[in-house]
Amino acid sequence: MSQPLKRTSLYQAHVAAGARLVEFGGYEMPVQYRDGVLKEHLWTREHCGVFDVSHMGPSFLTLNETSGDGDADHRAIAAVIEPLISGDIASLKPGQVRYTLLLNDEGGIVDDLMIGRPVSAGRQGRLYIVVNAGAKEGDFALIQQAAAGRATLARADDRALIAVQGPEAAAVVAGLFPGAGEFTFMHHRRIDYAGEGCAVARSGYTGEDGYEILVRAPACVELWERLLADERVRPIGLGARDSLRLEAGLPLHGHDIDETTSPIEANLGFAVAKPRLKARALRGAERIARELAGDLTRVRVGLRVLEGAPAREGAEIADAGGQVVGRVTSGGFSPSLSAPIAMGFVPPALSAPGARLSVIVRGKSQSAEVAALPFVPHRYVRTV
Amino acid sequence: MRFTKDHEWVEVAGDVATIGVTAYAAEQLGDVVFVELPPVGKAVKVGDNLAVVESVKAASDVYAPIAGEVVAVNDELTGTPETVNAEPESGGWFAKLKLSDPGAVDALMDRDAYEAFLGTL
Repeated sequence: MSQPLKRTSLYQAHVAAGARLVEFGGYEMPVQYRDGVLKEHLWTREHCGVFDVSHMGPSFLTLNETSGDGDADHRAIAAVIEPLISGDIASLKPGQVRYTLLLNDEGGIVDDLMIGRPVSAGRQGRLYIVVNAGAKEGDFALIQQAAAGRATLARADDRALIAVQGPEAAAVVAGLFPGAGEFTFMHHRRIDYAGEGCAVARSGYTGEDGYEILVRAPACVELWERLLADERVRPIGLGARDSLRLEAGLPLHGHDIDETTSPIEANLGFAVAKPRLKARALRGAERIARELAGDLTRVRVGLRVLEGAPAREGAEIADAGGQVVGRVTSGGFSPSLSAPIAMGFVPPALSAPGARLSVIVRGKSQSAEVAALPFVPHRYVRTV
Repeated sequence: MRFTKDHEWVEVAGDVATIGVTAYAAEQLGDVVFVELPPVGKAVKVGDNLAVVESVKAASDVYAPIAGEVVAVNDELTGTPETVNAEPESGGWFAKLKLSDPGAVDALMDRDAYEAFLGTL
């Protein structure tokens, strides 16, 4: 049964800008604008791209009763969400954002998400949570169920979420959001725009410095137009968003990671809170600990395809002897490297950068080798 | 030049047909980054896979619009696949087929009919 596609508040602006629209996560979204994927990708790496990511799942989880002691209230709200996820939320400092994973009982990745702790003393006991479009209904249900009686989840996916990414993003955003240049990557603040409080996070999924701005619908079209009026800025579709995140070595949920993949297999061990793992206070802790100790059958790697066509999702990966050892989970053509790149899973013994493999594309074997991730260096701003 | 509903073009000279994709198709494909061409000598029937064009985000098949044997391929596309976007209906040709029945091309659309077809999309 197909449901009518949802549209974001910026839909009309996309149509006016010549966007080609496709279904993604239940929404009708721009896959590219007039420039096309290749130019949009390179523009973001060199200047600044804006992306409508309003299909994602922003939300706020707030304690039903706060004590007024900010740190105690933060620990209390962290305790509501932590049983569901891989990471440590209690240790977040005010304003900090962390990438983490929703896990099932087998340690599989239900979704990957961002969680932020508010800056202001008056908003402690609240978390800003952004989940993926395709998984959001399930994620929100899980969080609501876990929070029952203690905290309340308020969806904010009726607002617009605009990503501003690239080396010129900081200068562009600081001109519209005073103070946005004063905090580093993986931090956020509430900053007013047109009289509305916006959640402004220095974050993104392109490998570049940038921001993701949550803005209420009435002001969002004006903000979008104002961003585009800046000559450093162009609109970028989901096509380039995907090639940018692939070059950045960032996994896409539902493709590179899913409910069968553990954080260790996915090479996302950094997102697992080691003290919570040690205490086995984590879903799937037994499996995750076993895999972390080396009992692992597959691991996510980057692949450079050295000849022939791009190897895309589903292509088989074979070892030097021609034996199939894994599968590509996302792949395509890297505009920055002018070469095909991919990510996929292989046995740990074949996972070291430089390991010679092959990929099977339309029945033909093409040589490939394991490459260190990211393919293109991250340029996150860590000091201001 | 004749056209198909799959947006291929065919130009026949004698008993050899040159085949490519139309400007409309090239625009829809986006920036072409890789082209896979058939081996010379391959015999194709109407609707067989003739070539594959890849953009940054997807691979698309090009089907044989007419039956014949591949007698030449445009090897320049291997090094400069962007020619498919720049000159789709001339320098961006994919393959030349020796036709078993040159008259079969008359069944395909002429430019007016193809333009009219594009108007319905």
